[in-house]
Amino acid sequence: MKYIEPHAHMVSRTTDDYEKLALAGCEILCEPAFWAGFDRSSADGFYDYFRQLTEYEPKRAARFGIRHYSWLCINPKEADDPGFAREVMGLLPQFLDQPTVLGIGEIGLNKNTRNELAIFEEHVQLALDRDLPILIHTPHLEDKLKGTRLILDSLAGFSKLDRGKVIIDHVEEHTISHVLDAGYWAGMTLYPESKCSPNRAIDMLEIYGSERLWMNSACDWGISDPLAVPKCALEMKRRLHTAADIHQVIYENPKKFLSQSPKFMI
Amino acid sequence: MPSKQQLLDLQFINARHKLIELAAFLDRMDRHPGEEDYRLLALRNALPLLLEDRPDKARAVLESFSDTSTDLPQTAPFQGATGAPLSLITAHPAP
Repeated sequence: MKYIEPHAHMVSRTTDDYEKLALAGCEILCEPAFWAGFDRSSADGFYDYFRQLTEYEPKRAARFGIRHYSWLCINPKEADDPGFAREVMGLLPQFLDQPTVLGIGEIGLNKNTRNELAIFEEHVQLALDRDLPILIHTPHLEDKLKGTRLILDSLAGFSKLDRGKVIIDHVEEHTISHVLDAGYWAGMTLYPESKCSPNRAIDMLEIYGSERLWMNSACDWGISDPLAVPKCALEMKRRLHTAADIHQVIYENPKKFLSQSPKFMI
Repeated sequence: MPSKQQLLDLQFINARHKLIELAAFLDRMDRHPGEEDYRLLALRNALPLLLEDRPDKARAVLESFSDTSTDLPQTAPFQGATGAPLSLITAHPAP
C-alpha cells in the first residue's frame, strides 16, 4: 500500500519515524510551517526553521526514499503579535521559490483574535499574488467552530480566490459541512485524543463522500502518531471499504490537490 | 458498508470500554476533594445528547463543547484551549 502523508511536522520527529513511514508505504510527505511547541523569540528563529523545512528535512526524508515538500507562513499561534508576524512574513519571499515549497500554510486562527485574522488575510493575499495553494489550520477544541466560521467569512471576501486551491484542515463533525458546502477541500487529522479518530474520519467519508477530502496524521511534538494514516486505512479495510476506495483517499486525493502546485511531482 | 451486526462485532467492546471509562471518571470526580469547574459542567451538559434520537449526535456533542460567542478580542488572553467554552464559567462560577 502506497500513500501520501499530506500534513506532518517532521522537525519534531526522530529519524526512526521516517523509517517507519517508509516501511508503511509513505512515498511523499508534506510539512506545513507551524508552532514548534514553544514561542520563538525572534524572526531569526523562523529563518532557521524555514531553512530546516526547505533544506534539511528534504534530505533527511530522501534517505528513506520519501519525497518531502513544505508549506511556509507564520503560524496563527505566533501571529497574535502583528509586528512580529510581519517581520517573519518579510522572510517568506526568499524561501517561497525554493523547489520543494508548495504554497502558503498552515495559516489560520488559534484564539480567534483580530490580530490573528489580520495576519491570516495578509497571508491569503500573498498566496493570491503568487498564485499559490493555501493550507489552513482551524483552531483547537472549543475554538474550532467559531474559528472555522470566521475563516470562511474572511475567505468569502477574496473574490479572486479559487476555492479548489484551498484546503481547510482539522475538520470535525461540526465543521466539515461548512467547509465542503463552501467549495473548499477539507482535511481530517487523525489524533489519539483530539481532532478525529480513524473511525470518526471514516464516518465522515461515508457521510460526505471522498471527493474533496484527505486524511493526515499532523504528527508533531505533542501526542500524535506518524502512522495514523495507514492505521486508518486498515480500519477502512475492516469496515469493508474497497482497496480502490482506500487508495483514492490516501493517495489520489492528496495527489490531486497537491498537483495544483507545479512543483509537486510524483 | 458493514451491517449493524458486523459493526457490533467490530466495535462493541471498544464502545463499552469507553463508556465505562467515562462512568469511572465521573465516579472519581465525585470521590475526590476540591471543587469542580466549567469543564465538568460541559461534560454533564453533553451527556443527554447521547440519548437523543438524531443522526448527528457526534456533531451535537462537539457543538455543545464549542465557544458560541461572537465578539472578537484584539489579542488572545492565553494560547491554549481547554475543551469547554469559557462562557460556562459564568454559569458555574468558582466558589
